[in-house]
Amino acid sequence: MATLQDHIAATSARTRQRPWYHLNGEERLAWLLVLPWIIGFVAFQLGPMLASLGISLTEWRMFTPPTFIGLANYVEMISGDPLVFQAFKVTTIYSITSVPLRIALGVLVALLLNASVRGLAFIRTVYYLPATVSGVAVAMVWLLILNGDFGMLNRALSLLGLEGPYWLTDTRTVLASFVLMSLWSVGAGIIIYLAGLQGVPNELYEAAEVDGADDWVKFWRITIPMISPVLFFQFVIGMIDALQEFAGPFIMTQGGPGNASLFVMLYLFRQGFEFFQMGYASALAWVLFVYIMLLTLFIIRSSAVWVYYEGEVKGS
Amino acid sequence: MVVRSISGSQSRSRTFKMTFIYIALAVGMVIVILPFLWMVSTSLKTPADIFKIPTVWIPNPIVWENYPNAMTILPFGRFILNTAKITGLAVVGATLSGSLAAFAFARLRWRGRNFMFVLVLSTLMLPFQVIMIPQFILFRELEWLDTYLPLVVPAFFGGSAFNIFLLRQYFMTISPELDDAAIIDGCSRFGVYWRIILPLSKAALMTVVIFIVQNRWQSFLVPLIYLFDQKKYTLALGLRLFQDQYTTEWELMMAAATVSMIPVLLVFYYGQRYFIQGVVFTGVKG
Repeated sequence: MATLQDHIAATSARTRQRPWYHLNGEERLAWLLVLPWIIGFVAFQLGPMLASLGISLTEWRMFTPPTFIGLANYVEMISGDPLVFQAFKVTTIYSITSVPLRIALGVLVALLLNASVRGLAFIRTVYYLPATVSGVAVAMVWLLILNGDFGMLNRALSLLGLEGPYWLTDTRTVLASFVLMSLWSVGAGIIIYLAGLQGVPNELYEAAEVDGADDWVKFWRITIPMISPVLFFQFVIGMIDALQEFAGPFIMTQGGPGNASLFVMLYLFRQGFEFFQMGYASALAWVLFVYIMLLTLFIIRSSAVWVYYEGEVKGS
Repeated sequence: MVVRSISGSQSRSRTFKMTFIYIALAVGMVIVILPFLWMVSTSLKTPADIFKIPTVWIPNPIVWENYPNAMTILPFGRFILNTAKITGLAVVGATLSGSLAAFAFARLRWRGRNFMFVLVLSTLMLPFQVIMIPQFILFRELEWLDTYLPLVVPAFFGGSAFNIFLLRQYFMTISPELDDAAIIDGCSRFGVYWRIILPLSKAALMTVVIFIVQNRWQSFLVPLIYLFDQKKYTLALGLRLFQDQYTTEWELMMAAATVSMIPVLLVFYYGQRYFIQGVVFTGVKG
């Protein structure tokens, strides 16, 4: 026994003493296998990211050499370009409406599906369908649905005796249109929440019933806390996605009417690839990046209050 | 008697509840499906039928010619081929390089493993727009503009961190005793990856492949930045061009949109098991 422990101690001491550059066969293989990713990371992600910080300090019109202008791009964004504020306003309003609504709708449908309905696999598939398609084709279909004169939505509203607006050409409804469109493809969320709901132990509900809790109490006191880590994760991912919305507005409104749907990504694309203002576009990208980071950080901070992790209680 | 009447009213309230749930789910399903039906219906209409009130759901006459017409106004056959080429290469590159890295993270012991894994995960948070412009400048310096290289090469260098994460999680569920047994039998560590882990991970690999196909087939922003020559256009760019040039020809646009969605819907239909596994795997345990 003693010899075995000695042996282990000696081996681990040897491992610790081995200099970092001295790799055994397994380690060499591991680095070799990860090497493609590392090269890709440095060349296509880390390098460009740092470069963009540098580029954001220049005036660079693509076809002429860059000139260093310090923080002038950032100053211009804050004090000389009202479209920046507009773009961030539009994107933020869209994100903070669309993401919570998507989560609420997803949880609602998942709850219905969790009531041991028959044909679950089929129903789930149908709800997931819109999430499989995206991009240009979907934008085209929704252009037709939201058309003020003969679109499907206004036809449906007229059946109810209502006159629908010109959704995409009215400054008051254009963002609502995009939110509505985003609700259509809520299917992936439904599947995730359903899996979360199925993971909630039945004993909790049984115990609550013994204590006389009704469905409403069970939902708010058991279901929501138990799936809150999933909700949290989906909220973070959803915000990061929503803040980068591009294809929809690019194809459907080009940012109009009157910049009412000028999403940040759209404005960034214009500056970079239509006006070839590489420096200014990079500065915009960094501001959006920091904005996303701050929002994410805020959500993570706030999560201490509303996210419940089972491990925390069990561990203590 | 009293007991029975309570359980009777309970079961009646349960029946009522279930009826309500089925109705709500059915209404939701109709709302979800309607845009697809509307698209297909419009793609088979005459222009006059599109504007008609009340709504024409089943076109009369059914204009099948809209499909060949839409497909030949612009060279959609070529766009589909281009997209298939890019998607295929991206699938090969990303699954190969991704599964190699995932194997190292799941199965090998090496110093720096945890740090590197956190680094991989952190790139999930890196928004594309921060690297979009320097990448463009980089690829321009390499003279890769207007080629498929910017769309395909990054896939061979690890692809998305999401794939590495998903595969690593799956590899971890395979018993390590299999590795040990194989190594005792004289299998190399790379042999473990190739002969044991990969064949046992077909489900996870399928999931990754399906996600990449879905993603690449419809990807818009990256091809928009890098491809200029119409002959090289992807399906998404072709659709965009179509929409730009034939704004009012809804029946042709919807025909093109329908055709572009068919491959994705087919992949989903045949691979829905993997889709749902993958979504659950990364969405809940992430």
